Amino acid sequence: MAFLEVKGITKLFGGLTAVDKVSLQVEKGEIVSIIGPNGAGKTTLFNMLTGVYTLSEGEIIFEGKIIHNRTPQEIVQAGLARTFQNIRLFAEMRVIENVLVGMHINTHYTFLDLLFRTKKFRSVESEKHRTAVEILESIGLKDKMHNYATNLPYGDQRRLEIARAISTNAKILLLDEPAAGMNPQESEELLRFIRGLRDKGYTIILIEHDMNVVMNISDRIYVIDHGKKIAEGLPAEIANNKKVIEAYLGRSE
Amino acid sequence: MKEKLSNLSNRINAFIESNKKIVYPVLAILILGLPYVGSSQYILRIIIMIGVYSMLSLSLGLVTGYAGQVSLGHAAFYAIGAYVSALVSISFNLNFFITAPIAAFIAGICGLLLGLPTLRLSGTYLAITTLGFCEVVRMVLLNWESVTRGPLGISRIPKPSFLGIELTISNFGLYYLMVAFLALTTLAVVAIVRSKMGRALMAIREDELAATMMGVKTTYYKVAAFVISAFFSGLAGAFYAHMIRFIDPNTFTFDTSIMILSIVILGGMGTIGGMFLGSALLVSFPEVLRFLQEYRFVVYGAVLVVMMRYRPQGILGGQKKTPYKLPKGGG
Repeated sequence: MAFLEVKGITKLFGGLTAVDKVSLQVEKGEIVSIIGPNGAGKTTLFNMLTGVYTLSEGEIIFEGKIIHNRTPQEIVQAGLARTFQNIRLFAEMRVIENVLVGMHINTHYTFLDLLFRTKKFRSVESEKHRTAVEILESIGLKDKMHNYATNLPYGDQRRLEIARAISTNAKILLLDEPAAGMNPQESEELLRFIRGLRDKGYTIILIEHDMNVVMNISDRIYVIDHGKKIAEGLPAEIANNKKVIEAYLGRSE
Repeated sequence: MKEKLSNLSNRINAFIESNKKIVYPVLAILILGLPYVGSSQYILRIIIMIGVYSMLSLSLGLVTGYAGQVSLGHAAFYAIGAYVSALVSISFNLNFFITAPIAAFIAGICGLLLGLPTLRLSGTYLAITTLGFCEVVRMVLLNWESVTRGPLGISRIPKPSFLGIELTISNFGLYYLMVAFLALTTLAVVAIVRSKMGRALMAIREDELAATMMGVKTTYYKVAAFVISAFFSGLAGAFYAHMIRFIDPNTFTFDTSIMILSIVILGGMGTIGGMFLGSALLVSFPEVLRFLQEYRFVVYGAVLVVMMRYRPQGILGGQKKTPYKLPKGGG
């Protein structure tokens, strides 16, 4: 069984089928892209994977455990963390605090510990701060850790969002259009960054519009249109797939 | 004006930060020595009320300033604390130091009962629900005459006594009691804010969905903040009842809730110092402007409007220029 096994998941909104019996398999250490025209249901798929939406049908199995229809908290705990299409940082909090919130589920002390500033509280807090600084250093944001997230340049905000997802101790990162709004140079840099993450052992599922990014980075690609999976395969196969070209460019009469 | 104000508050922050070892002891001595500077009972009473409102705004600040949940009904918890402590101390002839924790505890339980169903709401819906709760509490106090004595209120509430000494304004006892309660509240709120709980609350304020996706149990933290907030508001209520010695339902109206909320907004949401400053300004303002007679509330309103125009984040609110404080051995 694959690392992450998605079996025929469906999401109905009233009479609308937003996602229709989509199946995916993701292996450990892969970069898998999900592409498709606007409104194809990609973000809905992410919302189903991360517990924002319940499934109407189907199963999601991660490391052999069923994770569908669990709360988002349980899914993060299991090891899936995400970023958002439109950046959703904690704007009026510092960069390091954003990362510390990401570490929330792994910060263990009780209410009484924090109230009385016990030894346990102090050691856990300093340990978590150390880890947070390390994470920020690894993505090159260490010297900006005192800044407020909202004051960071766009590219840094994208990276901070990924850093926040990493800090949950996730095994799979779900990145929703990380290159959106970036210039070619920035997205080139992002490509390298994402590859670096894979080399560190993260499994990555990517939603992306930028074909340059997708074709360069993906190990495998799934194509979704009108909520249905219309193709899957290696980047080269997808680039020449007739159905995919039709979905993107329309049919030639 | 805008620039100057924010520069000033940043400079004050930086000064306090860099001279901590001097500023805090000096402040402590000033606070403890204040009654001996020869202030009249009238002024001391105002200062004590500033302390009471600081407790109230610190507790509302946790919910509104840090977690971003607007409550228009905090006077209800203040009232519950006051009534419970007054009634228990009269009926069972118990000391204030026993009845005050009981009152705070019961206010906390009321916070839990209100918070559990309503904190799934947010924004305007939550504001209206809490407003409704405040009115319900007032109506119960007004109409449950067999227990609360209705519109007559409760009079001759015993003064707090400590080791057999009655604490009054003239022997400064009430002042020091207020300082102790306020210190307790401040320490608890600061401890909460500077922990994973504080960060979770701020994350909820900034983006509830993103906080959920980071694994923060948002409802749990909102309810917890609400309960703690109700607890300290109740404690403030108990203190008030035994200081003034007479309470009736009209002591705790919607106006009181708005006053507490105004302090939180004026002082600066998501700050601790702002709660003290806001209380000092808004409580003393009507007294300082007494010479304006009936026009003073016009001026009071105008000042609030001007404040919101030029510094909507409150006097001490907004982004700080001082670096983030890493704990010892962290980073």
